[in-house]
Amino acid sequence: MLDRILFNVLQAAVVLIFAPLASGVLSRLKEMVQSKRGPSILQPYRDLWKLFHKDEIVSEDSSWIFRFAPYVIFVTPIFVALLIPVLTRYPLFFAFMGDMLGGGFVLALGGFFATLAAVDTANPYGPIGASRTRMVGFLAEPVFMIVFFTVSFVAGSTIPYIVQQKWITPLANFFMPSHVLLVLAFVMLILAEGGRLPVDNPTGHFELAMIDESKSLEYSGRGFALVKWGGQMKFFVLLCIFLNVLLTPWGLANEQTYAAVLSAIPLLLFKVFCFLLVLVVIESSLSKLRLFRIAEFLGAAFITSVAAMVAQVFSP
Amino acid sequence: MNDATNPLLENLNALAVGLSLLTAFGIVAMRQARACLNLFIMQSLLLAASAALLGLRYDSLHLYGVAVVNLISKPIIVPWLLRKTSPAEIYTRREIDQVLNIPTALLIALALAVGAYFVGIPLANAVAPEFRGPNVPIGIAVLLLGAFTLTVRREALSLLIGLLVMENGAFLAGIAIARDLGMLVELAIATDGLVIVFIMGVLVRAVQKQIGTTAVGALASLKETRATPEPDQARS
Repeated sequence: MLDRILFNVLQAAVVLIFAPLASGVLSRLKEMVQSKRGPSILQPYRDLWKLFHKDEIVSEDSSWIFRFAPYVIFVTPIFVALLIPVLTRYPLFFAFMGDMLGGGFVLALGGFFATLAAVDTANPYGPIGASRTRMVGFLAEPVFMIVFFTVSFVAGSTIPYIVQQKWITPLANFFMPSHVLLVLAFVMLILAEGGRLPVDNPTGHFELAMIDESKSLEYSGRGFALVKWGGQMKFFVLLCIFLNVLLTPWGLANEQTYAAVLSAIPLLLFKVFCFLLVLVVIESSLSKLRLFRIAEFLGAAFITSVAAMVAQVFSP
Repeated sequence: MNDATNPLLENLNALAVGLSLLTAFGIVAMRQARACLNLFIMQSLLLAASAALLGLRYDSLHLYGVAVVNLISKPIIVPWLLRKTSPAEIYTRREIDQVLNIPTALLIALALAVGAYFVGIPLANAVAPEFRGPNVPIGIAVLLLGAFTLTVRREALSLLIGLLVMENGAFLAGIAIARDLGMLVELAIATDGLVIVFIMGVLVRAVQKQIGTTAVGALASLKETRATPEPDQARS
């Protein structure tokens, strides 16, 4: 029992520690595709270190939400990391506290507070970004719903530990049309929810075009560090759900020993790295969509997820 | 054929069929004629893959024949014919004046695909159990989506592709039900499709030459109707 709790804490720690690394690797790879050298992959850690040692300025017109939100944004991905399979194939201590829908709700809570905090400061750019994020969010919501419904329809459960086994036992299930289409739909969701390129440009510095970034414009010092770290962890958690539950449920620890669990960490990082390579190709070959074309992009994701459901219903 | 490989083949076949449903959705939504054509080529390849997988699954030489015929006629000859007959300019044009905007069209297409369930499942249940699979209902869904493309598009080339998508859907359903249709019939159908493409291509060229556009949706009124106010002008 104690082991399982420790593994669970380790799982959250892995998300905490390696999330900035993933975003560092992604930005470095993107710069390399553009024939630049790019910052070191450790740059996000240095940024966080620097920000934690700076003074924080809080507008005196802002309410408690503004001060409270960074902690919520920071903590929610850690909660989700307790629920999902990051390192182990067997359920850990907190695994049955919530299923994939529960994880989705917890992540949405962080997004909700980020939106509130952006509106709170009366900075003109904050509410613009907040309303845009809500727009992307509510368009992505039906896709999430259909994806979860189809997953529970196919696997008979929404507990991620049960779902991940469904796709590979037997291996032929991996090629089920509903599985492949779900993977496609989920990639589009990651692009939309993570603020990646066809939806939002994460490297853009033009406030009027920002979607995700402008919510944290007012933050400084420690608050900004927490918001930033929370965003990186949210992306990492989404990647973990995608890779460990949907796409590649291999390489997770089978035995309840420290050696097995620890050796699952490099495998996880390898999987994340491989997916980041794919992500870089996607991001480098697409340009940012105009705001009202985002509806069409997420419409495509919706169609894909419904096609997954239809393909499942139609296979007697 | 041993039993161990069967679920894999069945799932791969279902995957090919499911992806062809996705391409049918794409054809409803794409603005550019060239993208439509590319999606159609992809769909035909998936159809050929499905036929080949079913052939492997049931050891049917005939289905291999269908796969080969599809592989040659649709992804290779159809685009070549279209390129020969219709002007190159219409491939790059964007179609802006659809009857419905794209999200609405996609929602209706979704309803159609879900509605195909009510037609497809009784039909699939009517045939022997070993013929059941995703092919029949999804084939019917693709057929309906092709018909829907025909109704919402206003560009001649997209209309032609909608027609071909309908044929693909019929094929998808057909290869699962009629596994031992005569080769002659298959060849006849394939040639028929090519002739349709040829005639439509020439027609598109003629329309383009006469009117200067292929936006056939704008051709709702005849020229004579415009001539009617003339007596009024003469009087005044």
